[in-house]
This record gives sequence, structure tokens and C-alpha cells, in this order.
Amino acid sequence: MDRTPVIVGIGLSDYPKTPHLDGVQHHALAAQRAIADAGIAKSEIDGYVNASSNMMIDDPVTMSEYLRINHRYIDGTMTGGSSFEFHVQHLAAAIKEGLCDTALVTYGSDYLSRMGRSLGTGGFQRPGQRVAGPIQYEVPYGNSLVGAYAMYAMRHMHEYGTTSEQLAEIAVGVREYATLNPNAIYRDPITIDDVINSRMVADPLHKLDCCAITDGGGAFIMTTAERAKDLPNKPIYVLGAAGAQTHWNISQQSDFTTSAGAQSGPEAFARAGLTPADVDMIMFYDSFTVTCLILLESLGFVGRGEGGPFIAEGHLRKGGSLPMNTDGGGLSSCHPGMRGMFLILEAVRQLRGDAGEAQVPNCKVALAGGSGGWLSCIGVAILGNEAPG
Amino acid sequence: MKNKVRNATEFLKPLPDPDAISSEYWRAATEGRLLIQECPTCGHRQWYPRALCTECSSDTQWLECSGLGTVNTFTIIRQYGMQPFKQELPYIVAMIELEEGPLIMGNITDCDVETVRIGDSVSVWFLKIEEGIGIPYWSPDA
Repeated sequence: MDRTPVIVGIGLSDYPKTPHLDGVQHHALAAQRAIADAGIAKSEIDGYVNASSNMMIDDPVTMSEYLRINHRYIDGTMTGGSSFEFHVQHLAAAIKEGLCDTALVTYGSDYLSRMGRSLGTGGFQRPGQRVAGPIQYEVPYGNSLVGAYAMYAMRHMHEYGTTSEQLAEIAVGVREYATLNPNAIYRDPITIDDVINSRMVADPLHKLDCCAITDGGGAFIMTTAERAKDLPNKPIYVLGAAGAQTHWNISQQSDFTTSAGAQSGPEAFARAGLTPADVDMIMFYDSFTVTCLILLESLGFVGRGEGGPFIAEGHLRKGGSLPMNTDGGGLSSCHPGMRGMFLILEAVRQLRGDAGEAQVPNCKVALAGGSGGWLSCIGVAILGNEAPG
Repeated sequence: MKNKVRNATEFLKPLPDPDAISSEYWRAATEGRLLIQECPTCGHRQWYPRALCTECSSDTQWLECSGLGTVNTFTIIRQYGMQPFKQELPYIVAMIELEEGPLIMGNITDCDVETVRIGDSVSVWFLKIEEGIGIPYWSPDA
């Protein structure tokens, strides 16, 4: 029996703004659509995974109860936005080992409708709040989520001469793809000047260097290549997946020019038996433009310090040598807080050849690079539409 | 070295909730002393303080720092929703590379935010919030 792990179903809930749906409903709607897309019976699902964006509301055991999953395997790994790339790694092992046969991964968030655009600069504590744990060493200083990523951009510019225009090119290229996605929250084309003339939020990151905040949800179904033989969709193979962590809280990062992807990237490629040159398109967690720059270098697509000039040459754009974030990304399309789910879903859409105007020609290998926390936990999933040799 | 301690009149920002290890760190700051940890076994130095050496898992010892460092990276926070930070905008959040090695987070104060650069020399000062809690801050060297 061929237990090679494959993705056979994907589902998106509705986005970008859906005040009539709460987070749990996003999980459920995406699950319904992924199950229908896979063509499986719900009763076949014997593995369940989610990353819990609201404890006691949509954590794995609560959602497993809500969805009534009779699981033999459950995982609630929460590494921030990259959780779903870690889930692919864990499920690939679990399915190969026979801990489960068919697993469902779900995500749902009503962030925009419930919390507005507060994630980046709203602050996570209250004035005068007493804060325990390692974050106690940061809370008196008023850093923002944007500020954490800004410190990477500042250091990278200092060491390598990276420019705001080079970072802006990322936002421009991703927006170009968003114009092709009718659900994307921002669809008007933008220029490099638009980005660098937008309001500075935390130097050197401007408003248009920052991702959107939306509502949304997603789900996917993983099973064995054996089971996939009887299912309607072309199976998408998990060729290699890996995860690594350098820190969680931003004050524990020791090198603001790279990420744990320098470990998980090469491991994922080694497992796949591939190199960055074999990748036809990338789905990077574009929480900020600089996130993509750091992932590009640390995963090995270019050398350290080479990211800025590479990006400026337009490689990441539609028609470029390494198209990125073809759904319009978190920068312009959909970012409900933990975007890693959508990296997997869009990579599968591309590998199926279902991406319409955004389709990358002859797409055989796609890489999802998730960043969780503050470029803290980097999960990498390399997917392909041909069985691994 | 004992460094400058100022007394806070009113501190409305989020505060540490000291635990068995961090209480020593926050108390020392009220006395003008910046503490990190050093491992007597392997020599590793670390901030923030922990119950073990992150390199070799041995017990650690406190090490009093000179209070001197350089700016490793920073940002100018220009938008923040929570008071009282909002009324202090724009302000600097930085990672300071201590003379003793480790990086530490803090604000750089007492300067025009536009003049701060990576590599600048900075010195620590402390804001005493209450008995047992002082917060380290940084100011540029002239």
C-alpha cells in the first residue's frame, strides 16, 4: 500500500470581510468545502489538526468536538502563522506511519470583523497590566508587531544596503496578482512610489509594506496516495516538509538578517531531493515585505544580502522566474492573523493547474514558506504534482 | 557600576509581574544595576535571565553589566494604539548589544529619534517604578 502523503482536498471559507461569520463558522465552512472538494465521506476522517487562534473557542479539542471528528491522531501545534506548514510536516509522518489515514486541518478567524486592524499596532496588553513570563522583559517598551519586523529591515539595510524601493517591489508584485483575485481586499494596482510615499508605521516599514487584516478560513485534507487513486482530484504530493525555531519573542532573536528557515529550508529540500532551482513558484508568508526578503535568503533561493537586487529584477512578479503569492498574498488579499493555511491552499491550486489568469505555466513544484511569530518559527512545505521518484 | 536611577511619578505602561528569577533582575534595576546571567560551567552569557544556561543546561550566576552597549538594530515606532505609548509617539525601540555580549531590548530616550543609527554607543539608565521594580532604558552617549 502506497502511504505517500498527499493533499486531496482544499477549501476556503469566505473573505475578506464577513461579519456574519465567526471564527468557528470559518473553520466549519472551510471544512465543508474541503471535504466536498476531496470527494471523501466525512466519516473517513481519522486525523484532526488545527492551530487554535482563540483558546477555548476553536482549540483542537473543542473544534474536534464541534465537527465531531472521531480521530486516531490529533495535533494542535501552534507556531503562529506558520503552524500549517508544521502541520504538513507532522501529518506527513503520521500518515506514513499509519497513525491516521485521512486527516483534516482547519483554520478560521474573524479578526477584521471582531478586532479591526489592531493586530499590527494595537498592542497586546492593557495599560498598567502586570505581565508574567518572558514577555515581561518586553512589555514596558511599547514595541509593536510591525516594529519587530522593522528591526529586521533596518539591520538588513545596514548590513547589505537593501533599499525601501527593493522592499516596495514585493508589495507591488503581490498587488499585481491581487488584481486577478476578485476576493482580494485590495485590488487597485500600486507603484513603488505609492509604497514608499505611504505613511511610515515603524521605520523603515511603510503602511504598504504591511499586510492586510481580513476575515477568513481554510482547510485541507491529507491522505495516502493509495486512497487518492479513487478520488476525483489529482493528488498533490508532500515532497518534503520541515520546521525550525530560533526564538519566539522578538527580543530573543540574535541575528536580525536571517531566520530559522536557514535550517528548515535545507532540511525540506533534502527530504524532497530538490534544490531551490527546482521550484516553479513560492508561497511566502508576506506579513510584511521584509518577511519575504528574509525567507528568500534564509531558505536559500539567493545568498545572504542578495535578496534586494534579486527582488528589484522582478523575479517574484507574474511572468518572473519565481512567481510569488499568486493569490494576492497577505499584503493585498487575505490575512486573518495566521496566513500559513492559505500558502498551502494556493500552492495546491497552482499545482492542480486551477489558478486561472494567475496560473504559473507548467507548475510542477511549489514551496510554502511560513513565518510564525516574529520570523520566529519557519515551516517549509515543498509540494509537487508528480509522485516523488 | 552604579548607573543613573530616576523615580517614576506615574507609570501607566504594562509592567513585569516578577517571578522567582526575574524579581532579582527588576530589583537590581531599582538600585542602578543591570544584571545578566553567566554560566560558571561554559561561560555563556544570556539575557533574559532563566533557570538554566541555554547552552549547557547548568545553573547560572548573575553578572553585573557595565551598562554600556551599541545599537544592533532599532525602529522608530510612529503608530501605536495603546496609551500611554500613543502620546509618546514617535519613540525608539531598539536591540542593544551589551559590552558583555548579549542583546537586550529597550527604548532609547533623551534624543531626537531621527538621529539614532545602528552602531551608536548608548548607556543604561533606570526608571524606578515601585519597590522591587526598575526598568532599564538607554540614552545615546554624547
